[in-house]
Amino acid sequence: MEATTDTVLDGLADAERKALARCRHAVLGARRPLRLDCGVDLGPYRVAYQTYGSLNADRSNAVLICHALTLDQFVAEQHPVTGKEGWWDSLVGPGKVLDPARYFIICINVLGGCMGTTGPLALDPATGRPWNLRFPVVTVADMVRAQAELLDHLGIPDLFCVIGGSMGGMQVLEWAASYPRRVFTAVPIACAARHSAQNIAFHEVGRQAIMADPEWKSGDYRQHGTVPARGLSVARMTAHITYLSEQALQRKFGRALQDRDALGFGFDADFQVESYLRHQGSTFVERFDANSYLYITRAMDYFDLASAHGGVLANAFKGSPTRFCLFSFTSDWLFPTRESREIVHALNAVAANVSFVEIDSDKGHDAFLLDEPEMFRTLAGFLKGAATVRGLKDTP
Amino acid sequence: MNAIRVDLQLIADMVEPATRALDVGCGDGSLLAYLVNSKRVDARGMELSQAGVNACVANGLSVIQGDADADLRDYPDDAFDYVILSQTLQATREPREVLRQMLRVGKRAIVSFPNFAHWHVRLRLVFGGRMPETPSLPYKWYDTPNIHLCSIDDFRGLCRDMGLAIERAIVLDRNSTPINLPPLLANLLGEQAVFMLRRG
Repeated sequence: MEATTDTVLDGLADAERKALARCRHAVLGARRPLRLDCGVDLGPYRVAYQTYGSLNADRSNAVLICHALTLDQFVAEQHPVTGKEGWWDSLVGPGKVLDPARYFIICINVLGGCMGTTGPLALDPATGRPWNLRFPVVTVADMVRAQAELLDHLGIPDLFCVIGGSMGGMQVLEWAASYPRRVFTAVPIACAARHSAQNIAFHEVGRQAIMADPEWKSGDYRQHGTVPARGLSVARMTAHITYLSEQALQRKFGRALQDRDALGFGFDADFQVESYLRHQGSTFVERFDANSYLYITRAMDYFDLASAHGGVLANAFKGSPTRFCLFSFTSDWLFPTRESREIVHALNAVAANVSFVEIDSDKGHDAFLLDEPEMFRTLAGFLKGAATVRGLKDTP
Repeated sequence: MNAIRVDLQLIADMVEPATRALDVGCGDGSLLAYLVNSKRVDARGMELSQAGVNACVANGLSVIQGDADADLRDYPDDAFDYVILSQTLQATREPREVLRQMLRVGKRAIVSFPNFAHWHVRLRLVFGGRMPETPSLPYKWYDTPNIHLCSIDDFRGLCRDMGLAIERAIVLDRNSTPINLPPLLANLLGEQAVFMLRRG
């Protein structure tokens, strides 16, 4: 195992190196590769993950946080690359809803990611050269399979809770469908059981922006010493609009001008909203890999839980012992409430144990990452009730 | 354990311990909480108001937003031992279909409703000449959610038409005290009623 660890750590990008220095990782699939949905066997592969708190004696307090498209395992601490605070600091930490004093919290960088888990940045063990676009296309189910392999490796039989928003929510649904006996509670937030045409369309715009950047070099930009910064930045700008509501944009920026008193009659960032988006785009390039963006958006596009179960979503949850609690936000137009409601209908169709909370918020899709007291309050109540049923003590 | 409203207690008493129940229109979840905590019932709730849903979930109860008319049809046959509809039947668009769905989804249905033939109601209409407003029907005619009011005898009639078996019928007076009277008097003196039904 140790020898493979070394080879799997070859050819790291800077961000990956910084990330791996600050989290744990495991090398899996050396003996038994991961069979991906596309038919390719992947192995060995590296999984980078972070944990908070400790596993209790009867191994019943593990909580898996599934991260969204461009997030990573650094849930509740300063980010090793950006220096920013943890992306779910509002939910995870001492005294918070997910308190490490009570739960063993795990977050795993997804397969195809760029914060330490194997993705297009990694070296193809067969050739010793970076995968880049030769990396197999992975799916949400593949990501979840890799996570399950890691839990096996860590000796965690089942999870008290699997929770995540957006693509994280898709993983939660996949977990509940694929490993119902390993998931005591499932909390899919601001997500859908399949990616809509509109969402695929937005992703395609982003991917085309990346691939149209001459610096992208058919995905081999690292070997050419270039970065498709313009393309990735435009992809992020487009995506970022979909994370906000119209009201939030209007409230934040309106038609306010940026560093000027009058229109510039040119194409500089006259408006604050333009300046804001450009900033979002350029900072994103510093922390995220363009090829990884292609792969992970593709995984979301391919997600369609019903189609994997004979076209009937309810079949994915038949006989599920899991307690579900879904959340949506009123102003989220990327994953609107009706998408969550469809999941609820499917869960009702198999009489699963389900709660569904719609949170009144004007912050759009991003609301799931923000301070939403109503979400925290209801989630805390749901987890408390479930912990009682599970017999979880207050302190491990 | 906190005490619950008398009519809810009567319903709770009809539910066997350690069974499965769905409370349609569960409000603040007090009946659900009682069933879960005192009778170990696997109890789920459905509630129209999102504020009510959120309050229930925050109390650790399994509740979704939904209404009796639209959402009961999602559930499979025989999913629950009991489907409970407390003080809500008169506010549904299609009470007959709701009852049918309740007894498809549940082995038994427990229904409570205000009696529109209570003497108080009769007096208000006959002598006051106005739409009745009473403690159990505290609305103006133009803002009431109660669009399908019925009397206890009306309800018995519907059960007969639908071929449903009445396992229990409890009639309550103005103080929510059960009263034991012949049907004609019960329909006059009962302010509300609780029925437990099963498929005939």
